[in-house]
Amino acid sequence: MQDTLFYSLFLSIFVGVATGYLGSLMVLEKMALVGDALSHVALPGLAIGIILNFNPFLGAFTFLFISAAIIWHIQRITKISFEALVGAMFTLALAIGILLFGDNLDALEAALFGDISQVTITSTLVAVAVCVAAIVLTKVIYDKLVLAMISEDLAISKGINVARTNLLYLFLVSVVVAIGIQIVGTLLVGFLVIVPAIAAKNLSSHMKRYSWLSAVFGAVSGFTGVLFWSIFNFNLPFPGPMVVFVGIIIFFATVIINWKKKITT
Amino acid sequence: MADQNNYILKVSNLAVKIQNQIVLDHLNFNVEKGTTLAISGPNGAGKTILFRTLLNLVPHTGSIEWTEKVKIGYVPQYVAVSDIPMSVREFLSMGGGVNLEEALKKVRLTDLSILNKRIGTLSGGQLRRVFIAWALNDKPNVLLLDEPTTGVDMDSEEPIYLMLNDIKKTQRITIFLITHNIHIVQEYADYLLALNKCVTFCGTSAEIGKPEIQRQIYGETVCVETMRGEE
Repeated sequence: MQDTLFYSLFLSIFVGVATGYLGSLMVLEKMALVGDALSHVALPGLAIGIILNFNPFLGAFTFLFISAAIIWHIQRITKISFEALVGAMFTLALAIGILLFGDNLDALEAALFGDISQVTITSTLVAVAVCVAAIVLTKVIYDKLVLAMISEDLAISKGINVARTNLLYLFLVSVVVAIGIQIVGTLLVGFLVIVPAIAAKNLSSHMKRYSWLSAVFGAVSGFTGVLFWSIFNFNLPFPGPMVVFVGIIIFFATVIINWKKKITT
Repeated sequence: MADQNNYILKVSNLAVKIQNQIVLDHLNFNVEKGTTLAISGPNGAGKTILFRTLLNLVPHTGSIEWTEKVKIGYVPQYVAVSDIPMSVREFLSMGGGVNLEEALKKVRLTDLSILNKRIGTLSGGQLRRVFIAWALNDKPNVLLLDEPTTGVDMDSEEPIYLMLNDIKKTQRITIFLITHNIHIVQEYADYLLALNKCVTFCGTSAEIGKPEIQRQIYGETVCVETMRGEE
């Protein structure tokens, strides 16, 4: 258990940084709820992994990315909003997931709230490497995505392939969300995409500060949440809820700082 | 509009259909190097679509021939910056290799403290100038400006056009300008292209004062001075 906990603490830092950094774009795109709902799409993938006896997180990622690609494609064709499409896909995936899990309630609970008991040194190292790659790739496309948010025409006129860049971003979000599920589960991983970013936004007037604060808040939420859970336990079988509590405390702290700053200026 | 060798753009039989609706129909016009072409017309006339077509963002038929290697700077009418925590410095630096002081000087923003301001907090006039500065970063020889004074109060409108005139002269840029303002067309444009899906008028901007030309464009005579006073 000691080793597993150590690996989980280490992993939670990288998952926090990756979800926080990628989430900073998701929040700017006004797709915060998309990030949240998208994470639930992983449920059937996790179930299939468990039933067919392969790494459930591989199943989660496969489901996430295929769903994201389908949503991206339908959105391009129909111009229906991302939120509506993700909403439809999310409920469908949830229904399929519950059906597949059947009466295996322990596995369902672990999928919904995270399960660090399965974390090994190999899975940790792979996940850390993937998180680092996702962060680096996102940094490469960050400005392009921001420019496309400001004006898609402007971005295209500068030679940016906006559709392909968005697809790559969705792919990277799918990867980090699938990894984050290990720590906080499908129900709570959306939190790591949204809350560190909105907390960072409360304290930022510069993009650089915003994106890195979001990453730091994600890391602090993940690490401190798992650490507090291991020390205090609170009769919680999973660390996910503690991660959420820590993140919410950070968020409210930034709200107060922002509010005080507005009063004094 | 000018002798054949002095054209930077030749457009012939340009047509655009979107979802089976004709939005531009058989456009033919040429644009002279180093001039300002104002594009005017009612809402839905196809002005912005024409810009998007010139930027090659829209499938079209007919031909768009740039007579030399062009580098286009584009300023769209609407930009979504209110929610983005980005400083002016960061925005102007996107793409890299920019002398920020010089970039601001070009658009007559002399107070450098603006660099640290959040872009969403700028006034309408400051925001348009910052976007024009950004469009000038790549040293374009063509500028496409889609209603460059949207969201700008009347007092700030004129200085923006004066600044554009200076930029055109000092940097020998050809400017394409969408505007509804007849006074701006008369004062700051060399030529006018009036659109209503097809070209309703194409000639020098001075001609807009003639009643027969106004009838051709608007279907009725417009008193330029009155319109200026009403705005």
